[in-house]
Amino acid sequence: MRRVNRIFTVIVFIFLYIPMIVLAVASFNKGTDIAIFQGFTFDQYKELFRDDHLLRLLGNSVIIAVLSMAVATVLGTVASVGIHSMRGKLRSAVMGLTNIPMTNPDIVTGVSLALLFAFVGVMLRINAVLGFWTLLIAHITFSLPYVILNVMPKLAQMDPDLTEAALDLGCTPVQAFFKVVLHEIMPGIISGALMAFTMSLDDFVISYFVTGSGFVTLPVEIYSYTKKPIQPKVYAMFTLIFVAILILMVAMNLLQARDSSKKLRRKEARG
Amino acid sequence: MKRKWLSGPYVLWMVLFTLIPLGVVLYFSLTDSMTGEFSLSNLASIVDYWPIFLRSIWLSIFATLICLVIGYPVAYYIAHCKPTTQRLLQMMIMLPMCISFLLRTLAWVALLEDTGIINNFLTSIGLSPLPLIRNNGAVILGMVYNYLPYMILPLFTVIMKIDPRLIEAAEDLGCNRRQVFAKVVLPLSVPGIVSGITMVFVPAVSTFYISQKLGSPGTILIGDVIESQFKAAYNPNLGAALSLVLMVLIFVCIGVMNRFTNDDEESMVTL
Repeated sequence: MRRVNRIFTVIVFIFLYIPMIVLAVASFNKGTDIAIFQGFTFDQYKELFRDDHLLRLLGNSVIIAVLSMAVATVLGTVASVGIHSMRGKLRSAVMGLTNIPMTNPDIVTGVSLALLFAFVGVMLRINAVLGFWTLLIAHITFSLPYVILNVMPKLAQMDPDLTEAALDLGCTPVQAFFKVVLHEIMPGIISGALMAFTMSLDDFVISYFVTGSGFVTLPVEIYSYTKKPIQPKVYAMFTLIFVAILILMVAMNLLQARDSSKKLRRKEARG
Repeated sequence: MKRKWLSGPYVLWMVLFTLIPLGVVLYFSLTDSMTGEFSLSNLASIVDYWPIFLRSIWLSIFATLICLVIGYPVAYYIAHCKPTTQRLLQMMIMLPMCISFLLRTLAWVALLEDTGIINNFLTSIGLSPLPLIRNNGAVILGMVYNYLPYMILPLFTVIMKIDPRLIEAAEDLGCNRRQVFAKVVLPLSVPGIVSGITMVFVPAVSTFYISQKLGSPGTILIGDVIESQFKAAYNPNLGAALSLVLMVLIFVCIGVMNRFTNDDEESMVTL
C-alpha cells in the first residue's frame, strides 16, 4: 500500500513540475516557438540582461513586495498583540474582519479596491489615481491577514508567565515586549513576512485591477503578452528566478535542519 | 486592558480597505451606469449570466473534488515521512507556486496546443493528434494544476498532527487498516479537508486567466465576464453587481459546507 502511494506521489510531483521543465527548456531554445526545440543557446539570457524594460518591471515587483511586506509585518504583529488580549465578541469581530480578504476571491478584492480608488479619485478630482500608491495599499491589505494568522498561534503558544516574569524583574511593558515577547513569536513573524513577500511578488489578479499605466509589475506585464507573442527571454528570466528561489529554499532547509539537530543535542545534553 | 488598542491602526486599515470597498461595490451595483441614480437593473440582468455562474460553479466543484482525490494520498504519504524528507517535500510543493501562475498556464498551453508538445510527439510516433485544448477538460486541468498545492498543504498539516497513539489504540481494539482509516484518520482530517476545499474552490470559481488560455469562447467563466466589464466593455456597475453575487454565492457554498462538517472558526487551518 505504501509503495503504491509512493509511486502515486512521484507521479503527482512530475505533474507539478512539467510546466517548469517546459519553461526551462524553452529558455535555452534557439527558435521562438515553445513547442519546437531548434537547438541549444544562451542567447535568451544575454537578451534578458540587455532588456532594461523587463529588469525594471522585476524591480517594480520587488519594490512593492519589500515595502508591502515591511508595512504589513509591523502593522500585523502589533495588531496581533492587541487581538491576543481581546476576548469574546470584539475578538471574533476583528478575526472576522481579518478573514474577509482570505475568503473573498481575489477578483472581488481587486474590483472592490479599484472601485474605491475610482470613487476617491472622482471626489478629490485626481485624474490618474491608479498607480504606485494604490498598488502598495492593495498589497498591504491582502498581506496583513497572512501576518496575523502566522503570529497569532505563536502568541497563543507563548507562556504568559514569561511576560509576568519580565515585568517582575523591572521591565516596562514596552521593554518586556521587545526583550521577551518578540523573541518568542519571531518564527511566526518571519513565516508571515515570507508569505506576505511571496504573495505580493506573485500577485496578478488584484494588481491587475488596481494598477495604472504609470507603474506596472512583472505579472501584469506578462498578462499583456496574451495579446502579443511572448518573448523567449521571459522564460530565461523565470528560469533564473526559479533557480534563485530553489537555492534560497535549500539553504533555509539546511539551516533549519542544523538548527533542529542542535536543539535536539542540547536537549539531550541537558536531560 | 489598554493593550487591545494596539490593533487600532490595523482595524482602521481593514475597515478603510476591505469593508468600505465592499460598501462601494454595493453602491455601484445599485446605481445606473449612465445616470448614477438608484436602480435595480444591474442586479436584474444577473439572470442573463446565470448559465455562466452555473458553469463556473460546476467546473470548479469538479476541479476541487479531483484535487481532494489526488491531494489526500500525497498529503498522507508526506505526513508519514521522516521530518527531513517532510520538509523537503513540503518545500517542493511550494516551489512551483513561486513561479508566475500566468507563465505556468502558458506552459500548459504549449503542451496541449493542437500543434503543441504532446500532439507533436503523438504525430511523430504515427498517432493522430488529440483535441486537448479549448474544452472543459483543459480548464479543469488548469484549475487542478494551479490549486493542487492549496489542497495538499492544509491536508498535510492536519494529518501530520494526528496522534499516532490514537491509531495504535484503534488497532489494539481490533480495527483493520481500512477501519482505522475510515474511523480515525479520515474523521480527524476533516478540518484539513474543509480548508483545502475552501482554498481550492474560491480561486477556481473566480478565475479568469485559466479559462481564457485553456478554454474556448464557449467555456467562459464568471471571472471572465467580471474582468471584461472593467477592462473591455466598461460597465463597472454591472461588474460590481456580478462581483457581489459571486461573493454571496461563495459565502453560501462555504456556509453549507461548514454546516455539514459542524466546524467552528477556530479550527480553520492555516498554512
